[in-house]
Amino acid sequence: MIQGVQIDMLSAERLSKMTSYEKIRLILDDVRQGSVVVLEKGLTPEEQGKLLETTMMEINPGTFSGIEIETYPSSGSDKGFITKLFGKKSNVPRLMVIGPVDQLKMLSREKDRLIAWASAAQ
Amino acid sequence: MVAFPRIRNFFGKLFGKKRSRVGIYGPPNAGKTTLANRIVRDVTGEAVGPVSEIPHETRRARRKEGVEINSGSTKLLIDIVDTPGVTTKIDYHEFMEYGMEQDEAIARAREATEGVAEAMHWLREDIDGVIYVLDSTQDPFMHVNIMMVGIIEARKLPVIIVANKIDLPDAAPQRIKSAFPQHPVVEISGLEGHNMDELYAKISEVFR
Ligand SMILES: Nc1nc2c(ncn2[C@@H]2O[C@H](COP(=O)(O)OP(=O)(O)O)[C@@H](O)[C@H]2O)c(=O)[nH]1
Ligand SMILES: [Mg+2]
Repeated sequence: MIQGVQIDMLSAERLSKMTSYEKIRLILDDVRQGSVVVLEKGLTPEEQGKLLETTMMEINPGTFSGIEIETYPSSGSDKGFITKLFGKKSNVPRLMVIGPVDQLKMLSREKDRLIAWASAAQ
Repeated sequence: MVAFPRIRNFFGKLFGKKRSRVGIYGPPNAGKTTLANRIVRDVTGEAVGPVSEIPHETRRARRKEGVEINSGSTKLLIDIVDTPGVTTKIDYHEFMEYGMEQDEAIARAREATEGVAEAMHWLREDIDGVIYVLDSTQDPFMHVNIMMVGIIEARKLPVIIVANKIDLPDAAPQRIKSAFPQHPVVEISGLEGHNMDELYAKISEVFR
């Protein structure tokens, strides 16, 4: 097999049918095997908090050092129509990328563009 | 949302509400403990906990009760909780770069993971307001900051963003202001004690 990184891309529709627990489990199981996960629709703040706590419980010095997680930095700078209309934007981010911290590096982070570098597991 | 704290405050006075518990959050090394120590020392002459250039020096939340914040004619009694820095990754090799032995570095990494989980737990259950501390020389758009502010907003907790370390030449507090225009941002140096009066005024206003 060719050397590389497996990328698991989940559609918003697929995600909408999953429970929070299922999403977090799938993400961590994938990432711990060295895959990168791309979510078409990001996790809610509550789910992100749960993902963080679960990640912390599963970090094991030497074998799993945690996750890299990124989304378009929409918070704050996003003053769109909805924001004006309701005075508050949705807290669910757009696309979200999650990967093993020793394999996924964020190179740049702009409002509508993320550039990441993924390397194969050692 | 604006009226809510006032109403709570009104009933609080009526029923002898507990003091507001203000959590100091932010990524590792932003200067949370330095700031907590400064606030507590200004008021009581004591310290909250040790400060270090090595990340994850604070691995347990530390609480100081009944800290009186004075600003002009207003007095506000709060509890200050200094929390472990929140991150999505902890690599023990980083600690070894500071000259730590492997065993010690691994032990610190294990404690740090528990510390992050503890900080999240406090945020979920026991915190009434947040001071979110950022190092002005770093990129404020790091996902962990966007995520934490998102969680704080989802829990409808009042928040002050602190742009810390403005004494450093490459500090860019303006970047923090443009990253979080929806929240009050106070530029300080916790180390040098610059602009603390403005922070105390904001604390009195936001956590009342
Ligand atoms: N130049 C400068 N350094 C600071 C400031 N506040 C904290 N530091 C330094 O940053 C490092 C981390 O501080 P600490 O309070 O332990 O950060 P914490 O991990 O967020 O609790 C230490 O070396 C502090 O001396 C500041 O306002 N200016
Ligand atoms: Mg600390």
